[in-house]
Amino acid sequence: MQEQLLYFVQQLLNGLTIGSTYALIAIGYTMVYGIIGMINFAHGEVYMIGTYVAFIVIAGLTYLGLESLPLVFLAALLVSMMVAATYGFTIERVAYRPLRGGPRLLALISAIGMSIFLQNFVRLAQGSRDIAMPSLVTGGWTFGSPDTFEASLSYMQVIIFIVTLVTMGALTLFITKSKWGRACRSCSQDLGMTNLLGINTNNIIALTFVVGAALAAVAGLLLGMYYGVVNPYIGFIAGLKAFTAAVLGGIGSIPGAMLGGILLGTTEAMTSAYFSSEYKDVVAFGLLILVLLFRPSGLLGKPEVEKI
Amino acid sequence: MSQNSMLKLENVSTHYGQIQALHDVSLEVNKGEIVTLIGANGAGKSTLMMTVCGDPRASGGKIFYEGEEITQRPTDKIMRNGLAVVPEGRRIFSGMTVEENLSMGGFFTPKADYDRNMAHVYELFPRLKEREFQRAGTMSGGEQQMLAIGRALMSNPRMLFLDEPSLGLAPIIIQQIFDIISMLRDDGVTIFLVEQNANQALRIADRGYVLENGRIVLQDTGEALLTNDEVRNAYLGG
Repeated sequence: MQEQLLYFVQQLLNGLTIGSTYALIAIGYTMVYGIIGMINFAHGEVYMIGTYVAFIVIAGLTYLGLESLPLVFLAALLVSMMVAATYGFTIERVAYRPLRGGPRLLALISAIGMSIFLQNFVRLAQGSRDIAMPSLVTGGWTFGSPDTFEASLSYMQVIIFIVTLVTMGALTLFITKSKWGRACRSCSQDLGMTNLLGINTNNIIALTFVVGAALAAVAGLLLGMYYGVVNPYIGFIAGLKAFTAAVLGGIGSIPGAMLGGILLGTTEAMTSAYFSSEYKDVVAFGLLILVLLFRPSGLLGKPEVEKI
Repeated sequence: MSQNSMLKLENVSTHYGQIQALHDVSLEVNKGEIVTLIGANGAGKSTLMMTVCGDPRASGGKIFYEGEEITQRPTDKIMRNGLAVVPEGRRIFSGMTVEENLSMGGFFTPKADYDRNMAHVYELFPRLKEREFQRAGTMSGGEQQMLAIGRALMSNPRMLFLDEPSLGLAPIIIQQIFDIISMLRDDGVTIFLVEQNANQALRIADRGYVLENGRIVLQDTGEALLTNDEVRNAYLGG
């Protein structure tokens, strides 16, 4: 009984770890969708690029002899967020803004093209093989007895929880309390009206791309350090998962993306543990189909109550 | 152009794709006036107002605001220049609180003015103060209209556009809103008012224009239009 409980707790922890990073990526999808009603299919690639940049910074600093782990971590975090944000800004400027006002399908095709371009660009620049990095953070706490089942909570997982929580807290504060965050929300409710209040909505759209990309880079660093490996293709599946999480929670809703990510991560972990890990993607995307069938607006994306 | 001109349209045309919504519209609003634009549903009243805001963009003619040409200026730049709009259908941010909606109206207002404007709006509309932290979408139509006006006032406008502020409201609230419009004019705000409620609008207006199928067909003082036979038959119910 005891070990069964521990086993369950272990799966829950694993699920929460992955789920919270899904949530970070999903926020980028949901914010962009909320404002311009478009799925930014290149978002997964931004996450992938964030991982590469983090690896490069970590490798570089370690090579230069910087020993302090918190410093290396912070530097990798800041640099990858900044580089990813630049990518996010540029992608919007180059691939989406010129098409604004045209048919929606155009922007979608452009997004897919941008995704293919970025993936191949990184493949050419970095090679298509896996690049591995030794774990910087090792060890953790264990519970239970080694004879039966031992659950473990690694320090890396704790770092993932803490960084994700802090990031989401900061985002929530930004969106609800700050002037520019409020402008993001007003844009997602009525872009034209926000423009009529004198606000340059193109800047707000660019801002959501920048914020979303920076959050994806946070996820990139965390997952990169957790798995210790990166290749140019990780963005595709991570992007699909995060997109699923965003739809699950209700696309356009930031709390929805957070909830959707956590839910998807735990569902996957539980499927792998109690069923078979081969089926984890089947269950994840099956969940997406079920949500689309029975609650198309997602868990938290309720239609607005409006009086005329 | 006279020193007194606040807004001037010269032969403005607007197209929606192939369809022409405005034909060579010329009109002028002087500083401190209430000018109303009346016309039937679909005559192009809202299009005219929005064309001044740059959305949709005029396909011909020239628009001057305070003597400067703004025909090709981006919407956000036009609106950051002492011009505020209470658009058709109010377009409040229904998922945000009353206070947040007002803060969006005062996005570019300096801090010192901001608090004073907020207090002023709450003084004009005590109902809004009562509902300060309520989600705007859950309020009644009249309250939403007050909020839309309040939001526009947050930016210290020198000129205010109002598009059918009385639509769908109870008579007592309509009266209140028209009283406030007159009060704003007394405070020095120039008002351009689009209305289907021609009777009410012409009574407070200094001058009025009648728009039919995208063309200005008549212009006169508010009083004269009220007694004009054509106007009476077409818009005032005989």
